[in-house]
Amino acid sequence: MAQTDNIVEARNIVKKFAEFVAVNGINFAVKPGECFGLLGPNGAGKTSTVRMIYGFSPVTAGSLKVFGRDIMTDARKIKARIGIVSQDDNLDPDLSVRENLMVYAGYFRIARELARQRTEEILEFMDLRDKAEEVVDHLSGGLRRRLTLGRALINQPELLILDEPTTGLDPYARHLVWQRLRKLKQAGTTMLLTTHYLEEASQLCDRLIVIYRGEILEEGTPLELIERHVGKDALELGVVPEQREAVTDSAAHLVKASQTLGDDLVLFSNHGRELSTAVNEWAERQGIPLSYQRLRPANLEDVFLKLTGETLEATQNERDAGGGW
Amino acid sequence: MGKAKHLLQGVTSWPDIYWPLVSKVFLRNMKVFQKTWKANIMFNFIEPVLYLWAMGFGLGVYVKSIAGLSYIQFLAPGLIASSAMFATTYEMTYGSFTRMSFQKTFHGMVATPVSMDDVVMGEILYGTFKGVLYGLVFFLVVLLFGLVKSPFGILVLIPVCLMAMIFSNLSLIWTSIAPNYDSFNYFFTLFVSPMFLFSGIFFPIQSLPVAIRFLPWLTPLYHAVELNRALVLGRFDGSSVGHLVWLVAVAALTLRLPLVMVKNRLVQ
Repeated sequence: MAQTDNIVEARNIVKKFAEFVAVNGINFAVKPGECFGLLGPNGAGKTSTVRMIYGFSPVTAGSLKVFGRDIMTDARKIKARIGIVSQDDNLDPDLSVRENLMVYAGYFRIARELARQRTEEILEFMDLRDKAEEVVDHLSGGLRRRLTLGRALINQPELLILDEPTTGLDPYARHLVWQRLRKLKQAGTTMLLTTHYLEEASQLCDRLIVIYRGEILEEGTPLELIERHVGKDALELGVVPEQREAVTDSAAHLVKASQTLGDDLVLFSNHGRELSTAVNEWAERQGIPLSYQRLRPANLEDVFLKLTGETLEATQNERDAGGGW
Repeated sequence: MGKAKHLLQGVTSWPDIYWPLVSKVFLRNMKVFQKTWKANIMFNFIEPVLYLWAMGFGLGVYVKSIAGLSYIQFLAPGLIASSAMFATTYEMTYGSFTRMSFQKTFHGMVATPVSMDDVVMGEILYGTFKGVLYGLVFFLVVLLFGLVKSPFGILVLIPVCLMAMIFSNLSLIWTSIAPNYDSFNYFFTLFVSPMFLFSGIFFPIQSLPVAIRFLPWLTPLYHAVELNRALVLGRFDGSSVGHLVWLVAVAALTLRLPLVMVKNRLVQ
């Protein structure tokens, strides 16, 4: 069995559904111990990619190896070593929290005594001990997500796959999940995370790819991407459309990139304060009113905006309406 | 027809089945059953008991003898089969559809070493088990009524088991193409209820018009009813062997279809 260092290695993988191309020949590799992110709006091809990695949907073309094995031929062996937190809740609603963990351990053929021991450890780790006897149907969304994450740990996975792990959660519940994921990362678990929350990607991911319409737009660490495309700072300005070009040109030497965001103009720069001063002085001289301005650190969302010309929110489907970051 | 072709893709290949994991899927369903059986036993069990009562004692007063038997004696063995049929078909339509679509239980299972074929095979075994269980309980009722005339009677569990497996297969085929819960009404109204009425439980099929007398022969229920009656009375002959062969053959022939169809519906 040929072993490579990479946990996941995707070469030119394609996923087609009838005529629709969901993933169009992407390449990436996940290294041991890292948290690798797939960032993009819904419908970008993230879930399709992830489902191929855990052997749920067949790879249309290309080569996909997990732990050096081909997922198309060795799915059972590979699945024994990974943990999956899928986007949809698929816990057993009729069973209790503890029973959910025990039943799931059975699918990995974990011996009963060991399963019991791990179940207790997971209840402790996910802070679910008080709820152990509760029937899942009666749990809140946040608790269910914690159980879903805990359940994915029952086989002590070498690779943890998280598909939108915090979508639909309130900020408190989301932070709780993030905390646990950071602990797992410190313990050396390799993770593959899909998200459309930029904050989640910047908080957790060592490296990420930006996927859009089935293709990779960019690859790097969150900071690299920010540096490369937008610089450190973002200056949001309320300017009428006709004046936007003139405003941008007024301090061209400081502007790394610019974008329109709704009614606002966003200028990206490594020297935000200077840019702000320059633009304000110029606007005063020209008598152009700035209805609004705000200087803030640039973030991954800006990178995404820059790369695609649209915001993540605008490209999300109704499923996540109302979910912000 | 592209859709039918898609659903049947891979039907000639060997399924990816690992029995130790099939048993885990079966046990998961058993675990849930242990919690919910009290609420569910009503539909599948009490209803046939009511039929036995109403028809056997009510109608039976007016029917002096049928095929040389008292009416309740004629009726009871058939109801063992129909009780099993209803238990299996409800479980493998409404129950399986809930696990497949609404709860996404199947998705959760195949995120582990369990394969989709293991999941569907586990479902078939569970559906078969439920049929046998309800058949057995009803057999005990028939026994209590003093209607089991032969020690061979207990062997009704063999035709009941084969028939339940066929109904598991057929119901899962329907479930694999069902768009929603409402579509199961068609399944019950068009197939299950007519079968219940015209498969020789309430009257011999010889009473049917000659032109359609072959129809019951096409149903699994008819063969199980005939075998049950023969076993309960201890009167089997060459035709009993024919019924048994029919059940074995159809159970084997239909088994591959639900495995491939449910998989093709879910995995794309």
